[in-house]
Amino acid sequence: MENQANNGRFGEFGGQYIPETLMNEIHKLEAAYEHYKNDPEFVAELDKLNREYAGRPSLLYYAEKMTRDLGGAKIYLKREDLNHTGSHKINNVLGQVLLAKKMGKTRVIAETGAGQHGVATATAAALMDMECEIFMGEEDTIRQSLNVYRMNLLGAKVHAVKTGTKVLKDAVNEAMREWTSRVDDTLYVLGSVMGPHPFPTIVRDFQSVISKESRAQILEKEGKLPDVVIACVGGGSNAIGSFYEYIKDEGVKLIGCEAAGLGVDNPKNAATMANGSMGIFHGMKSLFCQDEYGQIAPVYSISAGLDYPGIGPEHAYLASIGRAQYVPITDEEAVNAFEYLSRTEGIIPAIESSHAVAHVMKIAPEMPKDSIIICTISGRGDKDVAAIARYRGVNISD
Amino acid sequence: MSRIANAFNNKKAFIAFLTAGDPDFESSLKNFKAVIEAGADLIEVGIPFSDPIAEGPVIQEADIRALSSGMTTDKVFQLVKELRKDYTIPIVFMTYANPVYHYGADKFFKNAAEAGADGIIIPDCPYEERSEFDETAAKYGIDFISMIAPTSEDRIKTIASQAKGFIYVVSSLGVTGVRSEITTDLDSIMKLIKEATDTPAAIGFGISTPEQAANMSKKADGVIVGSAMERIVAKYGKDAPKELSEYVKSMVDAI
Repeated sequence: MENQANNGRFGEFGGQYIPETLMNEIHKLEAAYEHYKNDPEFVAELDKLNREYAGRPSLLYYAEKMTRDLGGAKIYLKREDLNHTGSHKINNVLGQVLLAKKMGKTRVIAETGAGQHGVATATAAALMDMECEIFMGEEDTIRQSLNVYRMNLLGAKVHAVKTGTKVLKDAVNEAMREWTSRVDDTLYVLGSVMGPHPFPTIVRDFQSVISKESRAQILEKEGKLPDVVIACVGGGSNAIGSFYEYIKDEGVKLIGCEAAGLGVDNPKNAATMANGSMGIFHGMKSLFCQDEYGQIAPVYSISAGLDYPGIGPEHAYLASIGRAQYVPITDEEAVNAFEYLSRTEGIIPAIESSHAVAHVMKIAPEMPKDSIIICTISGRGDKDVAAIARYRGVNISD
Repeated sequence: MSRIANAFNNKKAFIAFLTAGDPDFESSLKNFKAVIEAGADLIEVGIPFSDPIAEGPVIQEADIRALSSGMTTDKVFQLVKELRKDYTIPIVFMTYANPVYHYGADKFFKNAAEAGADGIIIPDCPYEERSEFDETAAKYGIDFISMIAPTSEDRIKTIASQAKGFIYVVSSLGVTGVRSEITTDLDSIMKLIKEATDTPAAIGFGISTPEQAANMSKKADGVIVGSAMERIVAKYGKDAPKELSEYVKSMVDAI
């Protein structure tokens, strides 16, 4: 199966649809990545950072109580929430910021939705002595004010983006605009498997540590591969990282859970696979929520991290060939799962990850007891507690 | 000679950009007419997009005003048809990849040609991706305009040698918008372009004053102004035609 980017393409998806101003820089990034990904010194440095700074490998935890309660498949949780900074985002930023450093850059910029990627980038920038500026939709700076303060604490400058719908897609727009104004010393550290080639490939490679580990861990614990791997999908970085090493294992079912907001038939949703159509935006050809004239639709989800009108090109490709399946999960289902995992296993998942947990709750009871599900908990839910309380009608201050 | 080539024939071209439908269809039509009557040599008709990543705040806001007024791609074609009743001026669309792609490239360029357009500029479709559109555009006689940026360096020769219509030379890093000074070594860029092609090249991004226009027109075959025009539309509303007319005259006189 061809799932390696070919000239930046995954099937018909992907590409490099960006302004001319960025093209030489994108080619330089491509060349640098091709060099360093096989450079033993770079690989060793990144491996050391992953182990000694980020806390890898992350645990593959057998959720025994949840398994018993749901009464079907054995459920394993891949605990990316236990990484330093509290989410899978650190896997990508350590790689990209190290790459930026090798390229001689002194400054990194990034977009962020929930703030997890912003916090991770600010963290890596602090560690590696890089100047750091984060673009975050004004709406999200309000929803996730704690993360704004964390980024400031880490020495990053946070720009509240007031254009457009003031959420994640607008933060990406603004970060791209900023990059075109200052390319020489700056790398745009993209947070998901999206944007122009080579970003979807670079981010996928750095995130695939999730499935590299989980595959070895499950073989050690169970002596066989899982039946199903489940992860939440916004742009799709933790999902592609969770899926990647299993793509060749055709017997392993891959399921991405996207944000259906108030429901796939309600205008307030962010379910790109369910409602999107082919388009070209943010540097890539992929699926996007848009109107008949190709205007990008305002999307909605309770989760700021999944509140994005597109999806990474490799996911669009995996869906098109039937290798992965994508299901919509509503706000209500995600909040129920958020509460369920907290009570059942004593693990408070990010509201993003709760979308994946919600689907586990749907399918596990119907599966045989000797079958296995691995569900990625992409981040921890501390950042969401105040928002969930508000959703439940309880007012607490962050 | 094509209408675009004619705009550069033995003169420096003043190229004026306005977002179609800003602030509404009728006002926008009047604004374009005023700009043409005032002596612009070529007009760029912006098809508004929800997320214009190459634009600064002024044109972003123009796009929002146009979309809020109900402007659509079909209405932009209608606007060009209206202009074509009275004018032979070359008309070039400026928009993003998605409005063209999602509309259906074949249908888009067929309708664009029927409306009377001569070319198209798509800032998020670089040389590497031009096959997405350029052959379909050519099939209907629409020139796919290439852009060259201050960072293009070794790419200039390749891009210039295959350019059609005119070359859009981006004066500065960053997005569109008024700048107090332009520091790029445009003379070197223009020299490389001229070595590669006879296709005319016009400089845009950041130009607003007659002095800047005069200076840039010494370096290139034409000068492109967008944000300064849109500032006038935003500021004067219904009175914009008169103000635009005076502004365009001052710029045409300067080059």
